[in-house]
Amino acid sequence: MDTFLQQLVNGLTAGSVYAVVALGYTMVYGIIQLINFAHGEVVMIGAMVAFTVINLLAPGGLPAVAVVLIGTSAAIPVCMLVGYALERLAYRPLRHAPRLAPLITAIGLSIVLQHLALLVWSRNILAFPQIIELRTFNVLGATVSNVQVAIVAVCTLMMAGLALLVYRTRLGTAMRATAQNPLVAGLMGIDVNRVIAVTFIIGAALGAVAGVLFGTYYGIAQYTMGSILGLKAFSAAVLGGIGNIPGAMLGGVLLGLVEALGAGYIGEFTDLCHYGWLAARIDACAGDGHFILFGSNYQDVFAFLVLILVLVLRPQGLLGERVGDRA
Amino acid sequence: MSRAPARVWLGTLLIAFALLALPFALAYAGTAWVRIANFAILYVMLALGLNIVVGFAGLLDLGYIAFYAVGAYVYALLASAHFDLHLPFWITLPLGAAIAALFGVLLGAPTLKLRGDYLAIVTLGFGEIVRIFLVNLARPVNITNGPQGVTRIDPFSLGGFDFSRRETLLGLDFTGPIKYYYLLLAATLVVIVINVRLQNSRVGRAWEAIREDEVAARAMGINTRNLKLLAFAMGASFGGLAGGMFSAIQGFISPESFVLVESIMVVAMVVLGGMGNIWGVILGALLLSFVPEVLRWTVAPLQEALFGRQLVDPEVIRMLIFGLALVLIMLYRPAGLLPSEVRRRELTERSV
Repeated sequence: MDTFLQQLVNGLTAGSVYAVVALGYTMVYGIIQLINFAHGEVVMIGAMVAFTVINLLAPGGLPAVAVVLIGTSAAIPVCMLVGYALERLAYRPLRHAPRLAPLITAIGLSIVLQHLALLVWSRNILAFPQIIELRTFNVLGATVSNVQVAIVAVCTLMMAGLALLVYRTRLGTAMRATAQNPLVAGLMGIDVNRVIAVTFIIGAALGAVAGVLFGTYYGIAQYTMGSILGLKAFSAAVLGGIGNIPGAMLGGVLLGLVEALGAGYIGEFTDLCHYGWLAARIDACAGDGHFILFGSNYQDVFAFLVLILVLVLRPQGLLGERVGDRA
Repeated sequence: MSRAPARVWLGTLLIAFALLALPFALAYAGTAWVRIANFAILYVMLALGLNIVVGFAGLLDLGYIAFYAVGAYVYALLASAHFDLHLPFWITLPLGAAIAALFGVLLGAPTLKLRGDYLAIVTLGFGEIVRIFLVNLARPVNITNGPQGVTRIDPFSLGGFDFSRRETLLGLDFTGPIKYYYLLLAATLVVIVINVRLQNSRVGRAWEAIREDEVAARAMGINTRNLKLLAFAMGASFGGLAGGMFSAIQGFISPESFVLVESIMVVAMVVLGGMGNIWGVILGALLLSFVPEVLRWTVAPLQEALFGRQLVDPEVIRMLIFGLALVLIMLYRPAGLLPSEVRRRELTERSV
């Protein structure tokens, strides 16, 4: 039971970060039906910029929260710029090209962004300075840290803010109109290009914050971190129903939970020594009592399995509606 | 072909002679260059295999390197000191190709209904899954030897003829890499012939129809399911074959060789050369394998001369060029350097 609660907490934390990254994918997909493959790199750049700033300010004696906030507010504009540049240089010229074309430019750009980051921040794994004093609370037997609480809170706030923006403002109405039909939205006087650019920028800003959260939570950042995180977040977006904003939130949290619980229990389930008739035939069971087929090092597989299963069984995702050509 | 003018024959003869003489010319510059040529040919094979999936059938596969990995590991595990198995290559190579084809079907079957960009992401995930398994299948039973990889893999040998040994024949010095060069060249020729024959076959035309419009293709009575699976299986089997050869030539493999970037590199070769055009794909593969090597030999000394030290790792420059090339090609020459006729039409006519 303790493992269960603990993994629930860990999964919720990771999941809320996935959810925020997934929002970046889903917003762009919702509006122009394009997988912004380079979004993971935007998140990585956010983490890296914040790392640099936090590292610079850490010895300065400012309160830790202020340092992280300054780091985040430095990362956001940089990522917004990157997001805008991506849209402007790589996607806008190809908006009416066959679908594979923008996907390939996106792959190219993510290679470029990764290696530019490598040039700036080296290929090493960078350790975030431990400036926030870690406090832990015991909740029903699970250990919850203040960082985890902060991450979940920040993510929830951002998701709420985004929901307000999309469903309650003029800009949000314009975004939804463009998503439904860009041509008609244009005829109604909406500057479609601007709306699309703004969508990219908002997604990138969310990504920047997610990058900072991810970096401070795990304490590390590397130039390759974006690709796997991006893939997981994309899986989350698909799980919830790509193009659907509440779906991305749900998908992110669910994916985090699946991953954490999967990693927590797979070792136990695939420990052949638990199965009586097998245990008698395996020598190792007599030794240390374990014969684990798949341990928690398979954690990264879960996201992809979820992705494949969802696409096969319910391509529209949990909250998405069936659209002819979507999947 | 039957009434080809003498000029064509002469040209073919000249190219054949150049290809036969090439390894000795390269060996003159250093055996390293023969190895580079061998890897370039391997990439040609890989790119041609991927071309079946991406170019002919229009299914963007971003996890293609997984099949290469499967072929490589099948060969390595059955012909090395790891399990102390030393099966001959005429068993392990076809077996590797067959198992890779099986993996191709395994990937293809659940993804049949997926459209282009979704398929790309799922295949990417599949490639990662295979790699994660290769890294982790060292416990509880040591199958892949984990991140360390498999070492001391047998070279090809047939009877008493060992491909890794140095021999002198007719006054020519045949080193291991040169022998492999000829073997690879022969294998690649076979792959090219198969590709050319496929392209204009009933199956090839059916693939093209699927690529252009799957619904229409099905309406015309094409069995899209089987044909897509066939494309996956055939592409994968070429990947597996190339992987087996890679294992034997290198003598050592580890999961490091099968990372996502490698998949993307092969895709880049196909895209750069011209999806669907066999000669374009070959050109793309050769360019992307040789240019980085040339860069390696020029950029490093150039930086030394200009700045007195290495400012930028040549590997990074290579990757930056890869990335930029993908972007620029898609923006300015979306059909590739040597586009196939159909693709050109398709990519220049703007859809709404």
